[in-house]
Amino acid sequence: MSDALDWLRTSPLLGLFLTLMGYRLGLELQQRVPVAWKAVAQPVLVALVVIGTTLWVLDISYDDYLVGGSIIGFFLGPATVALAVPLHRQAHHLGRMFLPMVVALPLGAVVGIVTGVLAVRVLGGDHLLELTMAPKSATTPVSLAVSTSIGGLPALTAVLAIVTGIISAVAAPAVLNLARIRDRRARGLAIGASSHGIGTSRALREHPTEGAFSGLAMGLTALLVSVLTPIILILL
Amino acid sequence: MINGLLWLLGFQLVGEVVVRSLDLTIPGPVVGMVLLFVVLQLRKPPASANLFRAADGLLKHLQLLFIPAGVGVITLLHVVGDHPVPIVGALVVSWLAVLLVVGWVTTLLLGRDAEGVRR
Repeated sequence: MSDALDWLRTSPLLGLFLTLMGYRLGLELQQRVPVAWKAVAQPVLVALVVIGTTLWVLDISYDDYLVGGSIIGFFLGPATVALAVPLHRQAHHLGRMFLPMVVALPLGAVVGIVTGVLAVRVLGGDHLLELTMAPKSATTPVSLAVSTSIGGLPALTAVLAIVTGIISAVAAPAVLNLARIRDRRARGLAIGASSHGIGTSRALREHPTEGAFSGLAMGLTALLVSVLTPIILILL
Repeated sequence: MINGLLWLLGFQLVGEVVVRSLDLTIPGPVVGMVLLFVVLQLRKPPASANLFRAADGLLKHLQLLFIPAGVGVITLLHVVGDHPVPIVGALVVSWLAVLLVVGWVTTLLLGRDAEGVRR
């Protein structure tokens, strides 16, 4: 038994299987819970709990899990490229959306950086935490790279970006309804600008237009955050 | 399926090379997305193209692809536990601010064109 476990630890099979299994269980659970719980029962959240518990019980390290897990993570790259497809299908909206996009998205990127830094300051965090929080609106690989270049804690920034995404996947549609933001294009931009790919995956499930603009906002926000973060930090 | 994947990986490859040779801080896949969008607009392939099937297949399970990075959250839970108020508080405030500002400003600029403003 322990020989088998030792073999599993170094095999990609374990990480791959666990990730797909956790996700599958998450999808299953989301279908079975009552409607009121569907938003909270996000498959990603369920998968994290299932995988985390399994790793802890079997005493497997995160690095060992990544041997297989990173195979699935790799496909984030081509999937990001694939976001060009929903955008292509929605291209007829683009002309009308030009002005809103060039105003709202830079504004959103600035608001994300400034409120992140100032809220940490007000709530009693240190300077290192401010730097770590600043780029969290951008998609995980970008926020990680920006955090490294400005002297934050990149691993923690990646965590913050992911947690932001999960919060958004759970709550964004409800918050947008409360705020009476009903236009699919506006909702998409708001979700993509605030919570990158994880938010976008929720937006894609809500409506094709919402998903396309969320993907677009995610790409442009990645660009804006990487350019604007160093500049804004000098001013704060 | 193979053709579709080749397109996606090919554009990512070009994106990664461009980003590295120009020393940009943008991720390669984002550049690949922009380039693919431009090519799609110029070539207008039929709806049955392989690329669309591969792209739709990947995007249908986009959230699955974040799980491995997400599991890393567990390894850093103790850091969050040390400063729960500034970390969780700032995260929620900042996320909410961006969501509402972008949503409202876009709706405002769309004016009468926005769905749901006037019915």
